Amino acid sequence: MASAAAGSSAAVPFWRAAGMTYITYSNICASLVRSCLKEPYKSEAASREKVHFAISKWADGKPEKPTVRSDSPEE
Amino acid sequence: MYRQASRLLIRALGGGRPVGRAFSTDAPAVPVEDSTFVEAWKKVAPNLEPPKTPLSFMKPRPPTPSSIPSKLTVNFVLPYQSEISNKEVDMIIVPATTGQMGVLPGHVATIAELKPGVLSVHDGNEVTKYFVSSGFAFIHANSITDVVAVEAVPVDHIDPSLVQKGLADFTQKLSSAATDLEKAEAQIGVDVHSALNAALSG
Repeated sequence: MASAAAGSSAAVPFWRAAGMTYITYSNICASLVRSCLKEPYKSEAASREKVHFAISKWADGKPEKPTVRSDSPEE
Repeated sequence: MYRQASRLLIRALGGGRPVGRAFSTDAPAVPVEDSTFVEAWKKVAPNLEPPKTPLSFMKPRPPTPSSIPSKLTVNFVLPYQSEISNKEVDMIIVPATTGQMGVLPGHVATIAELKPGVLSVHDGNEVTKYFVSSGFAFIHANSITDVVAVEAVPVDHIDPSLVQKGLADFTQKLSSAATDLEKAEAQIGVDVHSALNAALSG
């Protein structure tokens, strides 16, 4: 879908032309909005930014040990 | 005992389902039972009742009324809560990428991608404004509108000093950005903060 932007006839938005997907764009917008909130709302919103997931890389058809990532907004 | 099991299970599932949300679905106008599935089931397990398929749980699409309804029904949802659910209002204005779009009852069915901006809900004399980070608005032919956004805040929850600071930061990042990706991120920052600024002053 994100092929060479110059070749397609559709007018792609600048973020897609730069290789970003809609979800990435939307999440960046949301976190920017959250960072501009007034105080009590900002700390409530901070809890929404946390992600927690486990990644397992696969090698030779077997999963390796999973790494658990818990990102908070400070990254 | 097992003969009744599937019927009991279905009753347990069906009873817990929330009822009464006028989310206009894309189900066909008449509830359909998947007849090929039912026949295949009967061949394999003639004594058990066939389980219901998701298609038969879905409420049929409400018919498009022949005359334009007087009020717009709005559903505004965020990933973590439902801001407005089934509210009947006169008009909403959504910040579509093509500009501020006003939606009145009887609006043509539309899917609009939203840009960061202000969503205002007009009901009689009262106007409620939310700043929406991005999302989509689905306007259905029967004047039900679903707006989905990742983040939406009432405009008075926004801190003007943080907005100004963010705008200055990102404008500076935009001029010093090197790769395409950095430029895109800085541009997004500038867009969002300008929209926040406009929301605060408008």
